[in-house]
Amino acid sequence: MSNHYDPTKDISPSAAYPEVSFHHHTDDAEFKKRVKKTTILLSVVTIVELAIGLLIYNLHKGEVNRDFLILLFKGVVCILTLLKAYWIVSIFMHLGDEIKNMIMTIIVPLLLFVWFIFAFIYEGNSYKNLRNTYDLHFKETTTPAKHHKSDKADEKPVEKSGKE
Amino acid sequence: MATTGTVHQTKWWSGGKSPFNMEYGKLMMWYFLMSDAFTFGAFLISYGSIRFSQNFWPDPNVVFNAFPGAGHANLPLAFVSVMTFILIISSVTMVLAVHAGHKGDKQGVIKWMLWTIVGGLAFLGCQAWEWHHLITGEHAVLADGKIEMIGQTMTGNPWGNLVEDNAALTAALSNTSHETLVSLVQSHDHTHSAKELAAMSDAQLKGMVNLAEMHVREKGPVAFGGYFYGITGFHGFHVFSGVIINIIMLMMAQKDVFAKRGHYLMIEKAGLYWHFVDLVWVFVFLCFYLI
Repeated sequence: MSNHYDPTKDISPSAAYPEVSFHHHTDDAEFKKRVKKTTILLSVVTIVELAIGLLIYNLHKGEVNRDFLILLFKGVVCILTLLKAYWIVSIFMHLGDEIKNMIMTIIVPLLLFVWFIFAFIYEGNSYKNLRNTYDLHFKETTTPAKHHKSDKADEKPVEKSGKE
Repeated sequence: MATTGTVHQTKWWSGGKSPFNMEYGKLMMWYFLMSDAFTFGAFLISYGSIRFSQNFWPDPNVVFNAFPGAGHANLPLAFVSVMTFILIISSVTMVLAVHAGHKGDKQGVIKWMLWTIVGGLAFLGCQAWEWHHLITGEHAVLADGKIEMIGQTMTGNPWGNLVEDNAALTAALSNTSHETLVSLVQSHDHTHSAKELAAMSDAQLKGMVNLAEMHVREKGPVAFGGYFYGITGFHGFHVFSGVIINIIMLMMAQKDVFAKRGHYLMIEKAGLYWHFVDLVWVFVFLCFYLI
């Protein structure tokens, strides 16, 4: 890209930041196209998320045994959110344009979240199961008393709260 | 991508230049944002952990179903989608401000920074309305054998299980205070003024309460309020400080500070912070409103 480098248009002189070896230059039309595309993608995905949210709401109201479907939709929403996060960081924050070493110093520490999320969700779930086993008062006072028609009524509460 | 042959020959680690090809302030902003991501992440994961430890958790569509000016209409997700789009759009205007800065276009920077600030203030206004609505909007709950009217606060959550046992509700009415009976009747009877109702006897009021219409619930998990106000409040504080930073950047641009300096890199750093606020909202939106 430095073939197109035009010093007369460079208003961030290396003199001010001598540690920076080269500047990113994106041409105006290409930049506008990219921002427009990202904005549309973010909006569309948000609308899809809202649609799924309403779908989950109506499944809840239906009072039918649809917990797996609800969990599936919630999973889809989580993945869509990660996609949105990727676009914001990569395009809007220009992390995708930085050099690879720099990207890695941000991304690699964030991998800690993989363990972080699973370990703590597992911990919360395990605490609930222990309390339901040994603290009957907790179980009786907090378990939703619905879905009687399901023959798996006893498993219901466990599945119901197994959501995020 | 932008690296070329000449750049590859640079001795990145021999000193005198940034191995990451980034000026110091911007690099440190990135690392600050990464640590902030862990703070928010820890809050949200703690919320998830508590939520998984409960047999019951309120349905967000039931909690967040109000819209300004729409009265008691049931509009799940409507208001929060407005808030989400406000933040997305203000993020886009920030991108445009940063781009104008790259070109040294002072008027462009000022214009887009102004729109970004407007977006931030609009978001804060929405959040203030939402909090106010949740705290002051009282709902009937059955607790300790009597009916109470409580709002969503740090110590009370009115969104527990729906009470379907009408006998228990009728019995609870006789232990319910006069004030609560008045507000219970008031919530579905609009033919009497508050004064008239307050003057009635408890027996009269009990006769007027329509239990079928009340949707009386049990108290929900107390942790809900703490997490909701804690996390959205912490995010709101980020939005607020972002707006302050943007206002300072706007004034500096206006006073030609950046023009004299020869570059608008400060706008870029403020922009990173602002995009981060949008990024966090994407996850807050997911955890509190969608799932």
